[in-house]
Amino acid sequence: MNIADLQAYGYFAITVFMTVSLYAYIYHLYKNKKDADGHDYEEYSNMALHDDIGDTPVNPISKDDKK
Amino acid sequence: MENRPLGYDYTVAKMFMLTTIVLGIVGMLIGVILAFELAFPSINTILGSGLAEYTNFSRLRPLHTDAVIFGFTISGVFATWYYVGQRVLKVNMAESPLLMFLGKLQFWLYVVTVAAVVVSLLAGVTTSKEYAEFEWPIDLAIVVVWVLFGVNMFGLIGMRREKSLYISVWYYIATFLGIAMLYLFNNMEVPTMLATSAAGETGIGSWYHSVSMYAGTNDALVQWWYGHNAVAFGFTVPIVAMIYYFLPKESGQAIYSYKLSLLSFWGLMFVYLWAGGHHLLFSTVPDWMQTMGSIFSIVLILPSWGSAINMLLTMKGEWQQVAASPLIKFMVLGSTFYMFSTLEGPIQAIKSVNAIAHFTDWIVGHVHDGVLGWVGFMIMAALYHMAPRVFKREIYSKSLMASQFWIQTLGVVLYFTSMWIAGITQGMMWRAHDEFGNLAYSFIDTVTVLHPYYAIRGVGGLLYLIGFLMFAYNIYKTMTAGKPLEKEPANASPMGA
Ligand code: HEM
Repeated sequence: MNIADLQAYGYFAITVFMTVSLYAYIYHLYKNKKDADGHDYEEYSNMALHDDIGDTPVNPISKDDKK
Repeated sequence: MENRPLGYDYTVAKMFMLTTIVLGIVGMLIGVILAFELAFPSINTILGSGLAEYTNFSRLRPLHTDAVIFGFTISGVFATWYYVGQRVLKVNMAESPLLMFLGKLQFWLYVVTVAAVVVSLLAGVTTSKEYAEFEWPIDLAIVVVWVLFGVNMFGLIGMRREKSLYISVWYYIATFLGIAMLYLFNNMEVPTMLATSAAGETGIGSWYHSVSMYAGTNDALVQWWYGHNAVAFGFTVPIVAMIYYFLPKESGQAIYSYKLSLLSFWGLMFVYLWAGGHHLLFSTVPDWMQTMGSIFSIVLILPSWGSAINMLLTMKGEWQQVAASPLIKFMVLGSTFYMFSTLEGPIQAIKSVNAIAHFTDWIVGHVHDGVLGWVGFMIMAALYHMAPRVFKREIYSKSLMASQFWIQTLGVVLYFTSMWIAGITQGMMWRAHDEFGNLAYSFIDTVTVLHPYYAIRGVGGLLYLIGFLMFAYNIYKTMTAGKPLEKEPANASPMGA
């Protein structure tokens, strides 16, 4: 097998792998509906709608180290 | 409760709003001149034959493309990032004096680079690679500007109060990384001074002029991998970033499906990079690469429409807002044009269609229904939305904005319909032959037939430019004479009559 064959097989394998990953990701999003922090994905729209400096973040970064 | 600053700092955003408008006017004015030069060739020498060097089509064309891409569009990307970035991360840029300094530095260096680009292209100094015409010293300056942008972006992300990154931020990050990678690889070049001629002479070239490090077909492949993805990461990804923020915010509606926005993002990232081969169909590039370019171009419809439909559905049940607000009209028509050009592009990438479309005006028509209807509309809408917030004043005139919308929509329609007809006519005439295989037409026959359509395109372009001047005036008046606002509007931007 020469380098061009290897490239072609490699290319095909990567395409299949990435396609499967993408579909797995879609399945994961719609099955779990919530992310690891327990937020429904749809809540994240509020990051744009409530974006005043004084608004409460959807997922505050200082959650565990509150002053 | 931790201490929060009182608001956001829009100094750098305002600076880039200015260059968006100024370079938009310059770039589109040159576009209109080019359009009329094609229709009426005597304009090429309008300032006399002595100055013809500076006024002819070929000297001005790269100035147009670079001014609208790297001037107007990229300034718009910077301006909106310095606005949206702070807001969705809930952090004030001024909390870090270093970031403020770097942001201003980025702006001033950008201005210097733009000046260098304008002067060198007008003087005819160019590497002759499309959208990568700048010689290496300018390329280096551009890299510094881009790195400063990246430092600012990741600096702001590092200081954020909101742990999750809003979907627009993902798109801005992709813009940064994508363009960095493309720009570096495509601009690998060697100053001609270092070259040796076939006869063994050295030191014959110049220090600033350079040639690509790749040769022949490889150069073409890298060039169009770059060229096509410049469309992806300059004209699509950051503009999607804008619409995902500005449309929900202006209309007060949550994104129809946040999950769909996430998977469209990864779909787009995965597919776009492989589609560039469609620029090289029927060339010396390996056949399988051409086929791959075609297939990926067609698959690209899915993630593109994923975002566009998501935006249209965000307006579900709220269509009265589209009727009532010219600002929302710009965005809704923008995403419609996005759907339209992401359907048209894949059709052109099908080999048998491309055999007619390639090298014709249909391609130019396709480019402009995307950039005028989608990129231009979205950037203007973003600046309109930002204006009352950054200047703390009502938008000067709603009726002016509404007239602008209709004038420009008419301009876009005239532009792409005339180019469709011109392009397909051209493609058919070039191929036509008699029973013995002799060509039926000579080149000049096509030029004669196309003349009226070139004139119509010129008029369409002029209407768009007039609309852009109305936009510039409206923003200027907002800044100087708009009614002051007591408090920041939450959603719909307030407009004077
Ligand atoms: C007033 C509006 C505009 C007019 C009248 C105009 C006109 C033109 C003309 C005459 C050409 C050369 C076509 C040829 O070589 O046959 C061109 C090329 C181009 N323009 Fe524009 N333009 C306008 C706005 C824009 C904007 C806003 C953008 C991007 C944001 C843009 C991006 C481009 C690109 C990428 C090309 C190269 C197309 C190719 O190589 O196929 N134009 N334009």
